[in-house]
Parts: sequence; structure tokens; C-alpha cells
Amino acid sequence: MTSVGGIANPRGKVGAFPVEPRFLGMGAVGAAIAWLALVPLGFLFWQSFMTPRVGGRPAQFTLGNYAGAYSSPDTLPLLANSLAFAAGASLLALAVGSALAWINERTNTPFKSLVYALSVVPLVIPGILFVVAWIMLGSPKIGLVNLAFQKAFDADGPLIDIYSLPGMIFVDGLHYSPIAFLLMTSAFRAMDPSLEEAAMMSGASIGGIARRVTFTLAWPAVAASFLILFVRSIESFETPALLGLPVGIEVFTSAIYDAIHRYPSDVGLASAYAMTLLAITSFGVFWQSRMSSRGGRYATVTGKGFRPRRMDIGRWRWAAGGFFLLYALLVIGLPFLVLLWSSLQKFYSAPSWAAAKNITPKAYYAVLAYPNVATAIWNSVFLALSGATIVMLLTAVACWIVHRTKTRGRWLLDGVASAPLALPGLVMGLAIMVCYLALGGGVYGTIWIMLIAYVTRFLPYGMRYNSTSMIQLHPELEESAAMSGASWSLTFGRVVLPLLKPGLVAGWIYIVIVSVRELSSSILLYSPGTETVSVVIWELWQNGQYVELSALGVMLIAALFVFVVAAQAVSRQFGVREV
Amino acid sequence: MLSVKGLNTEYKTQKGPPVKAAQNVEFEAPKGVFFTLLGPSGCGKTTTLRSIAGLERPTSGAIEANGRVVYSSSQGVFVPPNKRNFGMVFQSYAIWPHMTVFSNASFPLEVRKNKLPKAQIREKVMKVLHAVGLDHLAERDATKLSGGQQQRLALARALVMEPEILLLDEPLSNLDAKLREKMRFELKRIQRELGLTTIYVTHDQGEALALSHEIAVMNEGRIVQIGSPRAIYERPANRFVADFIGTTNFVDGDVKGFDDQTKLWRMSTPIGDLMVSSDAPLTAGGKATLSIRPEDVELTEEAPPAGRLLNLANGVVDQKVFLGDIVDFQVRVGDVMLLSRAHPSLRTPIGDKINIRMDPMKCVALPAEPAAAAQAAA
Repeated sequence: MTSVGGIANPRGKVGAFPVEPRFLGMGAVGAAIAWLALVPLGFLFWQSFMTPRVGGRPAQFTLGNYAGAYSSPDTLPLLANSLAFAAGASLLALAVGSALAWINERTNTPFKSLVYALSVVPLVIPGILFVVAWIMLGSPKIGLVNLAFQKAFDADGPLIDIYSLPGMIFVDGLHYSPIAFLLMTSAFRAMDPSLEEAAMMSGASIGGIARRVTFTLAWPAVAASFLILFVRSIESFETPALLGLPVGIEVFTSAIYDAIHRYPSDVGLASAYAMTLLAITSFGVFWQSRMSSRGGRYATVTGKGFRPRRMDIGRWRWAAGGFFLLYALLVIGLPFLVLLWSSLQKFYSAPSWAAAKNITPKAYYAVLAYPNVATAIWNSVFLALSGATIVMLLTAVACWIVHRTKTRGRWLLDGVASAPLALPGLVMGLAIMVCYLALGGGVYGTIWIMLIAYVTRFLPYGMRYNSTSMIQLHPELEESAAMSGASWSLTFGRVVLPLLKPGLVAGWIYIVIVSVRELSSSILLYSPGTETVSVVIWELWQNGQYVELSALGVMLIAALFVFVVAAQAVSRQFGVREV
Repeated sequence: MLSVKGLNTEYKTQKGPPVKAAQNVEFEAPKGVFFTLLGPSGCGKTTTLRSIAGLERPTSGAIEANGRVVYSSSQGVFVPPNKRNFGMVFQSYAIWPHMTVFSNASFPLEVRKNKLPKAQIREKVMKVLHAVGLDHLAERDATKLSGGQQQRLALARALVMEPEILLLDEPLSNLDAKLREKMRFELKRIQRELGLTTIYVTHDQGEALALSHEIAVMNEGRIVQIGSPRAIYERPANRFVADFIGTTNFVDGDVKGFDDQTKLWRMSTPIGDLMVSSDAPLTAGGKATLSIRPEDVELTEEAPPAGRLLNLANGVVDQKVFLGDIVDFQVRVGDVMLLSRAHPSLRTPIGDKINIRMDPMKCVALPAEPAAAAQAAA
């Protein structure tokens, strides 16, 4: 029998030793993924029990890092702040996102297309720009919202103080709400519409249907979404760093950053914090995957695919439409406008007729003329394109091994490649830094270490996209290629990859976008000459160059927007669902 | 009683003009009648049902239930579905998976404005669960029920609200063949016992013929014939109905004239000159199509007895298919192939000659349709 790719047992007894190219290829991919995902974590774990190497003194075993981290009186507030921040932000995002999704999917509220368009906001507005924009809006001294409030009501104090725990929760919750919207929208769409129609025919009111049927049935999805958002919020770096640190509200991510950036930097302490954060996120990711794998209980026979009837909510629809508009204003209108305004100024000043006369595009020329901006753009483009390509190809092979072969321990490969999902970007950056500092080899301080970080970080996305399309691929398509006499590599290149193309393209686009926004890993790994665009924005903020930052930010948003629109047009052509 | 007048329902599409799903649908279902909307998929039967339910908003027309107007475009009335008090059974059953059998069935009573006392709700629910044979499973999780049990629970939930009209949207289509047969009887028994005005949607002609008092056959958004099951089968009004319900032989021919004595029409066809019956007046000299059911094409080896007025023809056996209780014969008459359903005792070999006789009352002439003629030409 011809050994058909993966169908024959790779450990088959026929033949002496199976040195076929496919085993080499599979082995190399498996080893690469294991190296990327596991080795840095091992070093992080090791570092958390070691003293830092200072000068020629080698590292020694110590429990001092954990002792230092957990005996300090700052630790309890740190844990409390982290949990309060993450829980608050994810609950806010979930409440807003679910309400939007329900109104949008189930009622006849106007401005529907607007809400769907807004769901790309977290893709096109990187976290750091969103936070900066909200500082310009909500800072007690210069925030436009506060200035407008004081002028209108002749008040002394500010209306809102963004530099506070509620402020942090507000900004992050708002930024993650489109994700909650998308998660809940797909949950509502997966629901058989006749379940709600049956309640309606039974005489239930619209509120009664939402409460007793829609949301009760969506409960598993609500809980799973909460965990996803919670993990994202507790990993969030930009918001705590820019809003919390200046007023001394520390969470784990900002504490890790702080420990590394103080002098002398305390990598051991940072590692101890990182292990704790990792424990929390792993727990969240674990429960979330447990819940989604048990989600089958509520699966029912689906009907004829009728779109559910949009319920008439009467005059309430104008209130709901107003909610849409207010949301659009908060999530994109105000933040983008304030960035645009400040980018057109010479020095940052609040909008006024006097200031409007000074509008000038000079900041755009100035920021583009900075030598490190050109380098950063090049770096970002290089990292995004090569990172996305490497991830999609690596995971295509990995998914093939997981779904198509009977290799022992293939589930382990799936688990390992998906593990970085639980790794906060900052922890990933720290682990990779520790790993390649210890190993040497000259990677540290180059663009390659950042590429390694990006590839590792986005492996899970590649796995998810490729798995989805691999499962839809009938094995007989490969078997018939093998029966036609094609070798494994030829089958993979000529049959498998082309058939995976829609998933490959969609995943590639998604990874390019998230790579350009990436900050939390890069912030620990960059050195002069390897800055990315988001790192430059971070530096501009630290230098107080708000006008230049705004100009660069506006250009980045515009570029991402064009890319996302083009990508969605392309994806639609390939018949891919949206990311 | 339910009356539907001039009902039009459209769907907006992403591109192009709206789809006219139901066009000028008009019928009346008297009190206690089992009324079926029958047609192929996409004929607008489900849209019509959902418009009656209020789950779709029609573009024009009027719907009246027991004298209460629930929809009228001219009066600007649209009663929302949760205020209509119509019971509905969905194709997917729509059993709420997060509730028990009892709470699924009690839901319509729980959400009512003036709620009954608990004991009374319990009594009503148990009564209706008993009627569908689920009373012993009341406290079970609804998802633990089999397909047939879920179906009966959906029916119980629709009945517990004592609806003015019962709407059934292909309720049997998700069941396996054996169970479907059983539920057919069950459904018929319950409907007849309660005397509920019932509107039933199906694409299964067997179901429609077995259950209904009256059937409306739909095609391309319109009702093409309304009548009793027997009338629909034996006296189809047009080519579509004759073709969709059961199997039939179509024979085209020319109308020669009307015979006053027998009240039959004379037609000249490729299988000979025939006496045929027609419900609609034909025009002498015009074209018409005959529909003859296979069981009405009688085959005999001996010459037919004289006396009775019969259409006679001679043919040659071309093919036979043995089906156990019947044998299907393909008989060639000239250039025309006729399908005949015969008793298995008839064992004429292929290639042998055979005599054919057809009752003129069973040779139904359908007036030529402009659309059908155009289609045939194309």
C-alpha cells in the first residue's frame, strides 16, 4: 500500500526506518513550535527562582523573588487592583456589548449598520492611541470633556477623572466592548430563532422573551465571553501604564513593567509577578475552553434558517438609536476627533476659534522627518508581514499533524501551539528576554528577537484559523492525490495549501493587523533601531510630544482602516467570515 | 374561523427587487376545520403561515380570526404575535432547552397578564400533557426527550393556551418515517377531539391528504387550487396540481366538441379519440391536456366487455416494475408512453400486446395554460 499522507501509521512496521521527507518536515515543525512556546516559559520559571546576574557573578537559587513579591504590603492592593480592574472592565464591556448585540439583532432600532461598522474599532485603533485620546478627553486638567463641562455649568471641579480605577475600567471596558458585541452577536445568531418566536406566540412580552429565553439560553456564551474579556483585561498593559502608574494604581502588568524599568532593573521580581499573572490567565483560558467544549447541552435542532423577526419596540427604538449614537461618539467619534484636532496644532491646546486659526499640517511633516519613524514603519511592516507568513505556514503543518495523522501525542502539539493564548504580552516579552539573554547567541537586541516574540504570540490565532478550514477539508481529497502518485510534499503544496487558502488568507490578514498594534511584548524587547510604530508612539508620549504623537496616530489609524476595509473586501471574495 | 383576504408578503433582498413570497393569498377556514397549505419548498406556504402568526408583517391584505381583525392594511391594524393568542408548533419544535417539560408547557400561562393561581396552572398543564401522553415525564429536562416526545411537547405548549387558531409548520418533517405515521393519527385525533381551527403547512402530499378537511395547493406564492383531499386528487384544476399531487399521465390533444347527452367532451389525442370530463368549459377547436392517474389506466389481456361507456386503446408492454402490492406497467400506445398501476396478478410479458380502458370521468381535461404552453415551447 502506498503510504497515504498520515493515514498509514507513521510508526509503521513496514520498512526499516521511515526517513521520509514528511517526517522530517513534521518533526521540524513540531520542534519549532515546542521551542517557541515552551523554552522561554521554562527560562521565566527558572528566573523567578534565581538572583539576577550582576557583572561576573552567576545567578543563584533564591526564593527571594517570591518572598519580595509577596511579603511586601503593596502586594495585596496589587492583586486587588488587578482583579477589580479586570473584572470591572470585562463586566462593562460585556454589559455594553450584549446590550448592543441584542438591540442590533433582535429589534427594529435605526442605525444598525453603524454598530456593525463600529465593531472594527479595536482593530483600527490600537490600545495606546485609544488611551491617549481618552486622556486628552478626560484628564482633570486638560480633558476636553471636563473643560466643556466647566464652561457649560461654571463648575470648578472636573466632571470625570480618567486617572483613577473607574477611569481605567471605563477606557478598557469601552475599548473591549466591540469584542463583546461580536461574541454575543454570534451567540444570538447561533440560537434557533423559533425558540424566541415560540415564546412570542405563547404571549410573552419583548422584555419577558429577552429575560426568560434569549439571555437565559445565551448564558453559557455570556460566561465564556466574560472569561475571554477578563483575560484580555488583566493582560492589558497600555491602560494601567498610562492611567494607573502616574497616580500609583498598580496592576500586575504595570508592576512588571515598573520592575524592569526601574534602576537597577529587578528581573527576578518581575518574573515572580509574571508567574502569578500567568497562573490567573491560564485559569481563565482553561475554564473558558472547558465551557465552550461543554456548550453542546443547549444545542437544539435548528429550523429553516429564517432570520428572526425584528421585534417592534415602538418608541423605545429611538432611545435605543440614541444609545447607538452615544456609543459611536464615545468609542470612535470623540477619540478620533481629539487626535485629529491635536495633530493639526503647533502646540497642544483645547479647541477654540483662536486655536482653529492656527491649524497646520506641520506636525505630519515633522513626525515623518524623524529618522526613527521611517525605521519604525519599516520594522512594523517587516514584522507584521513576515510574522504572519511564518505563523500561517507553521500552523498549517501543525494543524495537518493534529487533524490528519495518528501521530502519538498530537493533541499535545495542539495544546502547546495554543498555550501562548494564556500568555500576557508583557509576560511573553519578559520570558523571551530572559531566555535569549541567558542563551546568548546575539539574538537579543536585534529585530529577530521581536520576530520570535510575534510568531510565538500569534501562533494560537494561526492554529484557530487553520483548524477551522482543515476540519472542513475531506481527507479523501488528499488520499486521491496520493493515489494519483503525488508525494507528501507535493500533496501538501498542491492540494492541501490551496484548499486551505481562504483560512490562510483570513488568518494572515488578522495577524498582520494585530502585529501592527502590538506593544506589550515589543516594549520589553526593542532597542534603538528596532522600534516599531507603536513603540514610537509610546516614546512620543513619554517625551510629551502630543502633537507629533497625534499626527502619527491619525496616520496609523488611517492606514489600518484602509487595510481592514481592503482585507474585508478580499476576504469576502474568498468567502471567509470576518475575524 | 380564520379568513385571509388579499394577503401579500414580501421579503427585502440585499440586491434587486423584493421577493414576493405570498401573492394575493385568499382563503377561509371555517371553525373546527383542519386546513392545509400544501406546496413545494419556496411556494410561500410558510410565509403565509408566519404572516397569519404575525411573525412576518405582510405588505397588504387582511387577516381575521373569529371575527377579530388581527391584520388589516386598510385599517392600519397589526396585532403583534404575542397578543394574537394563536398556538404554533414550529418545524424545529423550539423546545426551550433550559426548562423542564412542565415549565415548557406552562410558559404560555406563566407569561399571561392576569395570571391564574398556581394550582390551576398546574391542573391545566397536566391535563394537556396527559392528552399528548407526556404527563409521566413532566419533571424531566426537555432536552432529554426523544424527537417524537419533543414534538408532542411543542403541541402541548401550543394547546395549553387554549388558542383561537392552531398553526402547525411542518411539524412532522423532522421525524422518522414510522414515527411520522403514528403522529399523523395522533394529530388527527387531537384536532378532531378539540375541534380547533387548524392551519397546517406541509410539502408532503400524503400528510395533507391524510389529515385535512380542506387543502390549498400553493405554487410560486399563489394558491392554485382549494378543495377537499379527494377533489384535489381526483379533479385537479390545472397541470401543476395534477403533477404535484400523486403521479399522473399527461396527454395533449385537440378539443372536438361537447356531447350534450353524456355531458362529456370529445377529444382527439395521440392515443385515439377519447371522451373526457372537464370542470371548466373548453373551447371546441382549442387545445387541452388530459390528466389520467395510473390507477385509472386499466389493463386487461382479454377484450373489454361491451356495454359500459369506456375509452379503449391498444398498447404494447414496454417495461414493468414489480413493487410488491402493485406492478407499474409502462405501455406504449403509438408514440405515447402511459403509466399504469395494475394488480400483481397481471403478468403480461414485455413486448406483448395489451388492452387499455379508461373511465371518461377519470380522464380529466385541463384547459391549456398560456404559461405552460410557453414553457413547453421553450
